Amino acid sequence: MPNTPLAATTDVAVAPVSTSSRGTRILGALTLVSATVTILYSFWFSKADVELGNTVRILYVHVPTVSIAYLCMLANAVFSGIYLWKRTAFSDLMASATGEIGVLLLGLTILAGMMWGRPTWGTYWEWGDPRLTSTLLLFLMYLGYVTVRNIPAPRSARNTRSAIIGIVSALLIYPVRMSTEWWGSLHQGRTISAPGASKIQGAQEFALYSGFFTFMFLAAWLVIHRFRVGWLADQAEAGQLESVIAERRAESAGDLGLGKVH
Amino acid sequence: MVHAIWLTFRKDLRIEARTRVTVNHVIPFVLAVVMLFAFGLNAESTLLRRATPGLFWVTVLFAAMSIVQRSAAIDRPDGLPDALRLSGLSPTGMYLGKTASTFVQLTITEIVLAAAMVLMYDVRLDGVALIVTAIPLGTMAIAAVGSVYGPLAAGLGGRESVLPLLMLPALAPVLLAATNAFGVAFGTTVGPGWRWVGMLGMLDVLYVAAGSATSAALLEET
Repeated sequence: MPNTPLAATTDVAVAPVSTSSRGTRILGALTLVSATVTILYSFWFSKADVELGNTVRILYVHVPTVSIAYLCMLANAVFSGIYLWKRTAFSDLMASATGEIGVLLLGLTILAGMMWGRPTWGTYWEWGDPRLTSTLLLFLMYLGYVTVRNIPAPRSARNTRSAIIGIVSALLIYPVRMSTEWWGSLHQGRTISAPGASKIQGAQEFALYSGFFTFMFLAAWLVIHRFRVGWLADQAEAGQLESVIAERRAESAGDLGLGKVH
Repeated sequence: MVHAIWLTFRKDLRIEARTRVTVNHVIPFVLAVVMLFAFGLNAESTLLRRATPGLFWVTVLFAAMSIVQRSAAIDRPDGLPDALRLSGLSPTGMYLGKTASTFVQLTITEIVLAAAMVLMYDVRLDGVALIVTAIPLGTMAIAAVGSVYGPLAAGLGGRESVLPLLMLPALAPVLLAATNAFGVAFGTTVGPGWRWVGMLGMLDVLYVAAGSATSAALLEET
């Protein structure tokens, strides 16, 4: 993120000048290192799967993105609940940031899943698969969250509305997560957390874990930046409102000749 | 709270009785949809019979959009939201009252729709008990979600069109469960019909609980 001197342009004295900090720069570096390791293990060090062939490499993106997307959405619900309870700007902006990043990752999950489905199942989309369809539903619900969040409204109303949608949308996370076990699915069941032992080993397992860390770091980096952008936007909006009110007051004082009192 | 439920329920139904939006607009709309599905599916009776469970609940969802939008709109004009906030009535009670009135209006619509489909699509009813149980449970879930998202969308100032985007994905599990239960009842699919009814009951509990928990915030900001 560039060091934009936002405070200078909006007259907001308390606003920081950038969305980046030492912490986010370290997190960004960690993301890059982890992504490099994931790419190396996904394409060079791990071999094609006995059953899935080279398509297994798509799963090193697909599985981590969906897991981190669930985490983001759970965080969204928690922060939404905290917002309705405590009404703090922090919880609202965290809910917004995690919701948006969750949608982004879930969209990526669906795209990666479709790319994997075509060579494996022979189709990009299978309506009979409950995991696939319920994930699309979850995506659409959070798309609704982001849509309402971006509709211009008084801040308090916007925050409350989006918090309510965040809580209602979270009701679907657990059924989506469990859909493969409850309704049967073309999707395989649990792989790493399967009862007994993990179903993958060696370089494949390492590539999958590396993917988890990469997307976790990336999501954290994005959430922090999105949080700060949201905070700066709110501050700028408040600053603009204050400056417009000050201008109008100055104008009316001028009209009444009060400016010549001194 | 019971007082708030009763007052809201009675107010909404009294307005409906006077304006007759469900009877004059929504019911003719669902009958038109019954006809359009027949045209769209090339009037093929076997296909229509097989698709009836899904067509029924999709039509109910479309009708619910109108009823929910209307139900939320009657609380908007002339500073009514402020009046409701200042009334001192329990927000949860008002939410449940609105859910109950939406439930009644939807049920009336569904009875007419079901009769039209049975007569015009020549549907054979194998499991009446399953249908009689699935209808109120599915309707309750739709009303519970609609009573949250309806007022929320109505407060968006000209952006009410966002209502389907919010409501339809949330109600897709209801559509899935209710359609499957109806499929078993109509003999078009085989499977554990009562399990789907159980899922509808679970969704009712979840949606009513979420709606009740957020009702105070909803009243405050819409």
